[in-house]
Amino acid sequence: MPYIPHTDDERQAMLGTVGAGSVEEVFAEIGEDLRPRSFDLPEARSEMEVVKHLEFLASKNATHVTSFLGAGFYDHYIPEAVDALAGRGEFYTAYTPYQPEASQGTLQAIYEYQTAVARLMGMECANASVYDGGTAIFEAMMMAVRSTKRRRFVISEAVNPIYRIMLTSYTSNLDLELVTVPHKDGVTDVEGLIAAIDDKTAAVLVQNPNFFGNIADFERVFAAAKEKKALSVLSAYPVLQSVLKTPGEMGADIAVAEGQSLGLPLSFGGPYLGIMACTRKLVRQLPGRIAGRTQDTEGRTGYVLTLQAREQHIRRAKATSNICSNQALCAMRAIIHVCLLGQEGLRRTALLSMERARYAAERLTAIPGVELLSDQPFGNEFAVRLPMDAALAIDRLSMRGVVPGFPLGRYYEGMEDCLLVACTEKQTTEDVGVMAEMIGGLVR
Amino acid sequence: MIPDDVLFSKTHEWVRVEDEEAVMGVSHFAQEQLGDLTFVEVPEVGATFQAGEELGSVESVKAASEIYAPVAGEVSEVNEELEENPGLINEDPYGEGWICRIRLDGEPEGLLSPDDYKSLIEEEAH
Repeated sequence: MPYIPHTDDERQAMLGTVGAGSVEEVFAEIGEDLRPRSFDLPEARSEMEVVKHLEFLASKNATHVTSFLGAGFYDHYIPEAVDALAGRGEFYTAYTPYQPEASQGTLQAIYEYQTAVARLMGMECANASVYDGGTAIFEAMMMAVRSTKRRRFVISEAVNPIYRIMLTSYTSNLDLELVTVPHKDGVTDVEGLIAAIDDKTAAVLVQNPNFFGNIADFERVFAAAKEKKALSVLSAYPVLQSVLKTPGEMGADIAVAEGQSLGLPLSFGGPYLGIMACTRKLVRQLPGRIAGRTQDTEGRTGYVLTLQAREQHIRRAKATSNICSNQALCAMRAIIHVCLLGQEGLRRTALLSMERARYAAERLTAIPGVELLSDQPFGNEFAVRLPMDAALAIDRLSMRGVVPGFPLGRYYEGMEDCLLVACTEKQTTEDVGVMAEMIGGLVR
Repeated sequence: MIPDDVLFSKTHEWVRVEDEEAVMGVSHFAQEQLGDLTFVEVPEVGATFQAGEELGSVESVKAASEIYAPVAGEVSEVNEELEENPGLINEDPYGEGWICRIRLDGEPEGLLSPDDYKSLIEEEAH
């Protein structure tokens, strides 16, 4: 059956009403050159045929690989209860919660999510989320532009290159200056950043752990920014925040993160979750939805979307952002995930992942010719130099069901022999052993 | 409710000229229209404005609106109290609820007398 609600008779009646002879005539206004030449779609097929075709495509996926891919997105274990709870119709088809009287459940869930985010980041306020980690960075930078009225960004090259590309793309038509401070063997150049912050700088952006897995304390960078009246933005990794010094403890003004590691499957790159938190002083610059707790006329606790004057349905020209939605279902999964694991569970996830990464580093560096990129502390991810092309090593091992990591040469010139290896609690020591043996066999 | 020592702009700001300087705020009528204020965005000390330029904003439980400079000049002082207690504007718009002081840049122009302003709000109320 075609999924089109109108019959031929109905179409004729509609055309008669508007006084057109054909559908073509209705769209005559739109010039030929403005129309798509083709939608490049195959002929219609029956449901059964389509399902068969999709199953064929799905069968081409390698589903049983051992993967050490990270680079900003991590394959942590997701408890079954996350799917079961987040899949309830009440959450799954939630209506936009602008009418608090009809959306108390959704609003409370967002409020609890914001509380968890604020605690994890050591910040005072959080919003209901934005699309993903990259969007969160762009929005954080725009917060800085609005509040400092300056237009220069100082960015560490050790920030995830995917996010830096997004930021460049997002800001390409805005009159902004992006200054990138190079990394040093995968370590964030703290001194270089401090030197680059001047009194025209709106914000400094760093990442912890950085793209190479390296952990650092940016307290001095943030203090230097404060001195120049610039804002500090830290992009973090939520799972590791349970053991690392938080953005708040370092003195960041805005903390952002990709929330995928909190209960979201990798699922080919999305949908993900953009986490944003900030100091109370900046809350009116925070984009998107913010849920707040209040009381009704009878003194009963209730939840509402608050500070809505920042949003475009109140003052369009003055809105902090054109984002008026949030990743409600992904945020829902994140809060369920965090609640199921609890503080201790999240901490153990982080420690286990870091322990595995240490073991992997040990095994890999035991291979002659393989060495760590730097001797600085790392979290659950680290970079090694191989005595061969990393992309080639990945290709060779992938064919045998092991993806040993991410080829750094894809984004960093001169790092073609560098492999970025990530571990989560899902990789066993046996997995690590097999991967190391295979790499050893390749480079010998 | 309209004091006789102030002048008004058509956008409902009041201004009290004192020699080289002027104090400004929003009118009783404006705060009444807005309802309980929850936030006042005041300008920076040292910022300069032309008359009619946007100088800050006020948010209430039901709306948000811009505040415009009724006179041209440089901001010499702002009411810090408003950050903690924006409700001062509701309680005492012409006194404790002042927004900022402006060092005048020339003579104020195009402002309404209390009587003219009274007619303006009577018109707006209909």
